[in-house]
Amino acid sequence: MRKSLLALAAGLLLAGSVSAASAADKLKVGFIYLGPIGDLGWTYQHDQARLALEKELGDKIETTYLENVPEGPDAERAIEQLVRAGNKLIFTTSFGYMDPTLKVAKKYPNVHFEHATGYKREKNMSTYSSRWYQGRYIQGLIAAKMSKSGVLGYIGSFPIPEVVSGINATMIAAQSINPNIKVKIIWANTWFDPGKEADAAKALIDQGADVIMQHTDSPAAMQIASERGKLAFGQDSEMIKFGPKTQLTSILDTWAPYYIARVKAELDGTWKSEDTWGGLDSHMFAMAPYTNMPDDVKKIAEDAQAAITAGKLHPFKCPVIGQDGKEIECKGGANLDDGQILGMNFYVKGIDDKLPGK
Amino acid sequence: MELVEAIILSVLAASTPLLIAATGELVTERSGVLNLGVEGMMIVGAACGFGGAWLTGSILIGALFGIIAGVLMSLIFALMALGLAVNQVATGLALTILGIGLSGLIGAGFVGERLTPAAHLYISGLTDIPLVGRVLFGEDAFVYFSIALIVGVWWFLYRTRAGLILRACGDNHISAHALGYPVLRIRTLAVMFGGACAGLAGAYLPLAYTPFFIPGMTAARGWIALALVVFASWRPGRLVVGAYLFGAVTILQLHAQGWGVGIPSQFMSALPYLATVIVLVLLSRARTGGSTAPAALGIVFVPDR
Repeated sequence: MRKSLLALAAGLLLAGSVSAASAADKLKVGFIYLGPIGDLGWTYQHDQARLALEKELGDKIETTYLENVPEGPDAERAIEQLVRAGNKLIFTTSFGYMDPTLKVAKKYPNVHFEHATGYKREKNMSTYSSRWYQGRYIQGLIAAKMSKSGVLGYIGSFPIPEVVSGINATMIAAQSINPNIKVKIIWANTWFDPGKEADAAKALIDQGADVIMQHTDSPAAMQIASERGKLAFGQDSEMIKFGPKTQLTSILDTWAPYYIARVKAELDGTWKSEDTWGGLDSHMFAMAPYTNMPDDVKKIAEDAQAAITAGKLHPFKCPVIGQDGKEIECKGGANLDDGQILGMNFYVKGIDDKLPGK
Repeated sequence: MELVEAIILSVLAASTPLLIAATGELVTERSGVLNLGVEGMMIVGAACGFGGAWLTGSILIGALFGIIAGVLMSLIFALMALGLAVNQVATGLALTILGIGLSGLIGAGFVGERLTPAAHLYISGLTDIPLVGRVLFGEDAFVYFSIALIVGVWWFLYRTRAGLILRACGDNHISAHALGYPVLRIRTLAVMFGGACAGLAGAYLPLAYTPFFIPGMTAARGWIALALVVFASWRPGRLVVGAYLFGAVTILQLHAQGWGVGIPSQFMSALPYLATVIVLVLLSRARTGGSTAPAALGIVFVPDR
């Protein structure tokens, strides 16, 4: 109720500002954000990329954004508002915007849409995402080296393939260093609730975990780890400010190069529907500096990063062993194929937990 | 044993903002006013509380800023719902939307900054007692204050004449008015008290719980506080039980996940709410007749009609 009213209010506001603006010949680019731009995580990074886009192409384009847009039917209204406001290229930056974006895309074939982290496409709707599991693999190596208790703590948001593949990549890497490493997983069932994320971090530390990793959006877990003198990884953005002696590294979403390339294509008239799933090699994300670790661990991380970037190392190199001890079918030749990673709904061997819903 | 102590500490920390905000709303509702804007007042309290503490370096001043911000927000509600007799539900919802936007604006300059959280009590000897030491003698000031607050509210409502008058306004504002009590003034004060508590509860989050400010960080705790008042059937004693029960289930489900109990996490996340529903059903069955809600709750009162 609260959120839908909020979206409605946002929509009305936008409609108001639109009628006031005169038709400009600049290309209008719109963004739909899940959280507030000041969330220091997911939405913040998208907005940083938008700002970089404005800086690069500001004389040719005009950008608009709507923040705090809930996933689901309300998103449809918000996206449509952007269309009516004259935006010709619209980025919808969360998985839950997939169906709303598709619906609006079918209704307005002359407008181009870019949907983050989804899998449904149209001839005027592209998808883009990052191979974050590559970063998770590097984090797994570091975590296994740095953990004294041999127990890692993992805060998940929702048990969706993106998060599950991150947990698996982490554990495959960690087991390559320490075969007996354990991981405790707590699902927050939310992307953003600093209090709950902090509670989850406390619970993991109280149960013996000494390296905390998160797939939720706020720096709360980092902050708790710092308070308790443990180690942690950031998420989405640089969080070292919340744990100067705590953050080992962080997977940084760097959308700017992609956004600039797509807007340039739109300006040149060469935009076409694509599916982009970029990794370290295409700079869809970056690793924050490796800190708070000895040089030999840093070297392991840097070597792994270089090998993944060069395509020499694949986190899901076959054989991948499932929780039941059976080998997972290897559809990609030497590695699991992209479809298997994108749809990952199993835990690998060594995780003593049950995947929710399995 | 250490784990038990750690769990209790987490439960107290998680329950405290709920208890403070719900205590304020309980008093407001006992006077006959339904203010659904708790979430909005909380988040503005969080932004101002953090701002105050960050600018001055004092947690106490931060808490005061939070309280003042909550009161100012509640005065907007009082002006609309009491002064102009606008529908209380609509006004409360509007207050929440306003609060979320306003807090983002106020907090924009503080995003990414970090505070030293509120200090925890330490009494040599007492705090070191195993199991109970840190729980009883090692909390931050907010936790002790929240308990004093609810005891104070109980005493006020049931043991003072002013409390009786406030309850009378909530049960029958026409009679209270006929007896010569200034209903609107009493309700305004009750709304302001609710605002002060919501602001303080909001400020607790960035000052003690997670010492940074992020827009939307109250994450619907204001709505839970509202539900707790109903859960408690408008009684302070039950409110304490409800707040700690809700906190306990929230924390325990996280621990259960860490232990690898084979129950789906989605179900466990829903447990606190499920517990609320079950208790509500039990309460309504056990009720001996008549409603426990203040009879005039949410009904607009215009004195000269």
